[in-house]
Amino acid sequence: MQLDSVNAIKAHPRYQELVCSRKCFAWNLTVIMLVIYYGFILAIAFAPALLGTPIAEGAVTTIGMPIGVGIIISAFVLTGIYVAKANSRFDALTKAIREDLQ
Amino acid sequence: MKRFYLWGVLLALLAPFALVAAPAVSGEVERQAMNITAIIMFLVFVAGTLGITYWAAKRTRSAKDFYTAGGGITGFQNGLAIAGDFMSAASFLGISGLVFASGYDGLIYSIGFLVGWPIIMFLIAEQIRNLGKFTFADVSSYRFGQTQIRTMAAISSLVVVAFYLIAQMVGAGKLIQLLFGLDYWMAVVAVGALMMVYVIFGGMTATTWVQIIKAVLLLAGATFMALAALSTFGFSPEEMFRQAVETHPKALAIMSPGSLVTDPVNAISLGLALMFGTAGLPHILMRFFTVPDAKEARKSVFYATGFIGYFYILTFIIGFAAIVLLSQHPEFFKPEALAADGAVIKDQLIKGINGGTNMVAIRLAEAVGGNLFLGFISAVAFATILAVVAGLTLAGASAISHDLYASVIARGRSNETTEIRISKIATFGLGLLAIGLGIAFESQNVAFMVGLAFAIAASANFPVLVMSIFWGKMTTNGALVGGLVGLISAVVLTVLSKAVWGDVLGNVNADGKPIGLIALNNPAIISMPLSFFFIWIVSLLDHSEQAKRERIAFEAQRIRCETGIGAEGAVDH
Repeated sequence: MQLDSVNAIKAHPRYQELVCSRKCFAWNLTVIMLVIYYGFILAIAFAPALLGTPIAEGAVTTIGMPIGVGIIISAFVLTGIYVAKANSRFDALTKAIREDLQ
Repeated sequence: MKRFYLWGVLLALLAPFALVAAPAVSGEVERQAMNITAIIMFLVFVAGTLGITYWAAKRTRSAKDFYTAGGGITGFQNGLAIAGDFMSAASFLGISGLVFASGYDGLIYSIGFLVGWPIIMFLIAEQIRNLGKFTFADVSSYRFGQTQIRTMAAISSLVVVAFYLIAQMVGAGKLIQLLFGLDYWMAVVAVGALMMVYVIFGGMTATTWVQIIKAVLLLAGATFMALAALSTFGFSPEEMFRQAVETHPKALAIMSPGSLVTDPVNAISLGLALMFGTAGLPHILMRFFTVPDAKEARKSVFYATGFIGYFYILTFIIGFAAIVLLSQHPEFFKPEALAADGAVIKDQLIKGINGGTNMVAIRLAEAVGGNLFLGFISAVAFATILAVVAGLTLAGASAISHDLYASVIARGRSNETTEIRISKIATFGLGLLAIGLGIAFESQNVAFMVGLAFAIAASANFPVLVMSIFWGKMTTNGALVGGLVGLISAVVLTVLSKAVWGDVLGNVNADGKPIGLIALNNPAIISMPLSFFFIWIVSLLDHSEQAKRERIAFEAQRIRCETGIGAEGAVDH
C-alpha cells in the first residue's frame, strides 16, 4: 500500500472509530467467553460437588447439565452477537472509508 | 506425471476391496448381512465423492483453485465444511464413549473443543481472511522475514498435521476393522488412497464438498439417533438420566464432574490447549481462505459454531441414552459380562462391551435403527475419517508447496504450475507417509497425539499468529524465537508426561504402573505462556534496522486487516 494512502486512511475519522470500536467489542466478547469457560473449569477443579447439585428436590438432573449446555449455547450466541454488530456497524464504517477514498 | 498418480492411486485404492470381496461373499452368514449394508452405503458415498472429485478436477486450474476452491465458497457452505473438518470420528465415537463410561466428564471435553470457536471469530477469522492468501503463514509472516517465519510456520504445521494424521489413521484402521471386517492395513491403505485421490485431483474444491456432505450425513444421522433414543424415554431428559443412574456402575457419580479432571493445574492446562489449539490448527485456518471476504469468513464461524455445538449436545444424549439402551442388549457384550440369566452384569457395563467404549455410538445405531441404520452410521464414520484426513493432508501439502517451496526455496520466483505440481507431489508423499505411519503405529498408544497436536497449535502457531495481527512491536526475531520455544517446549513436556514417558516408552514405578517425569498431562499451561513471553522479550530487545522497518510496516498491515482494502488481489482472479 502507498505511504500517502496509509496516512490518508489513518487520519480518517471513521477509520479511528472502526479500529477503536471493533477492538473494544472483540476483546470484551473474548473476555466474556474466557470468564464463562474458565469459571466452569475452575468450578470443576475446586468445587466439583457444586455442579453435582440436583436442579430440584428429588430430581436426578444436576445443575451441571443446564450449565454445560448453557455454555455451548453461549458460545453460539456470542458469535451471533459479533456477526450482527460486524455486519451492520463495522461493515458500514468500512464502506464509508472506502467511498471517501475513491 | 499425472498418469503415474492415477495408476498408483487407483491400484492402491482397489487392492483392499479386491482382496476382501472373496471372504465377504463366502464369510459367515451372520456377520455378512451387516457388513454388506455398510459396505454398499460406503461405496455409494465413495462413488458420489469420486464423481465430485471428477467435477472439481475440471474446475481446478490455478493455485487459487487448488488451495482455496477459487475463494468462491459461501459462508454457510464453509460453516458446514468447517464443521465437517472439525467433527472427527474421534469426537463422535470418542466423546459418546467417554459419556457412556464417565457421564458428565464427556461434556467437559466437548465444551473445551467448542469454546475455541468464539475466540477464532473475535480475534482471527476476518483478520486472516483480509491478510492471507492460501495458508496461515501468509498472515504470520505478513510483514516479517519470509524465510524464517514461513519455515517455522511450515515445520510446526507439519508436526501438527503429522500427529493429528497418525491419530486419525490408527483410529480409522481399528474402526474399519471392526465395522467392515477389513484387515487393519487394508483399511489404512483404503483411507490413504481415497484421500490422495480427493486432494490430488480435486484440490480444495473436492475436499470442501467431501467435508460438506460428511457434515450433513453425520448431523442427520446423529440427530435421528438422539431423537430415536430420547423417544424411548418419552423425550424427558430427567427420565433418561434417572434410568442411566440406575443402570450405570458409577451410579449418581455420572451426573457430576468426576475423575477425568483431577487437579486445577491439569484442568486449566487442558482447557488452554483445547481452546487456543483450535485457533492454531492449520487445516482449520486454511478454510478461511475459501470464502470471498471478511463478511463470509465471520458468517462461516457463526454457522460452524452452531453446527459443532449442536453436534456435541447430540453426542452427549447418545452417550447417556446408550448407558440404558445398550444394557438391554446382551448380544453387544462379551460372554463374561453376562449373568446366568443372560442379562448384563452391572459392573461389566463399561468393560464388557464388545469392541470397547469407542463402539458405543455404533452399537446404539443398531439398537435404535436396526441393520440398515447401522450400515449408514458405519459408512458415515468412515466418511468422517476421510473428510478429516483430506483436510489435514491438503494443509500439510500447502505448507510444503506454498510456504517452503514457493516462498523459501524459490523465493517467490516459482510459477503457479510448478507450485501446484509440488503440492500434488507433497500430497502423494504425505499420503504414503500417513499410510506408513498408520501401519507402524497400529499397536502403539496414540491417545496422546491429538492432545499434543492441539498443544503445539496453541503454543507455536496461535501466539505468533495473534501477536502478528495485534502487536505492532513484534519483530521477525521475536516471532521466530517465541514460536520455536512454544513448539519445542510443547513436544519435550509431552515426551516427559505420563502418556509418553510411561505409556509409550514403558517407564514404570516400583508397583509397575506407568509414570511420567512431570505431573503435567498437557503442556499448554507452560509452553503457551513461554511462547508469548519469548515473543515479547526478544521483540523488545530487537533494535536491528529490520526490526525498525517491521514496526513501521504494521500500520499498513493493520489498515488492510481492519478494512480489507488491498485484500482484493487475493480475491479476484
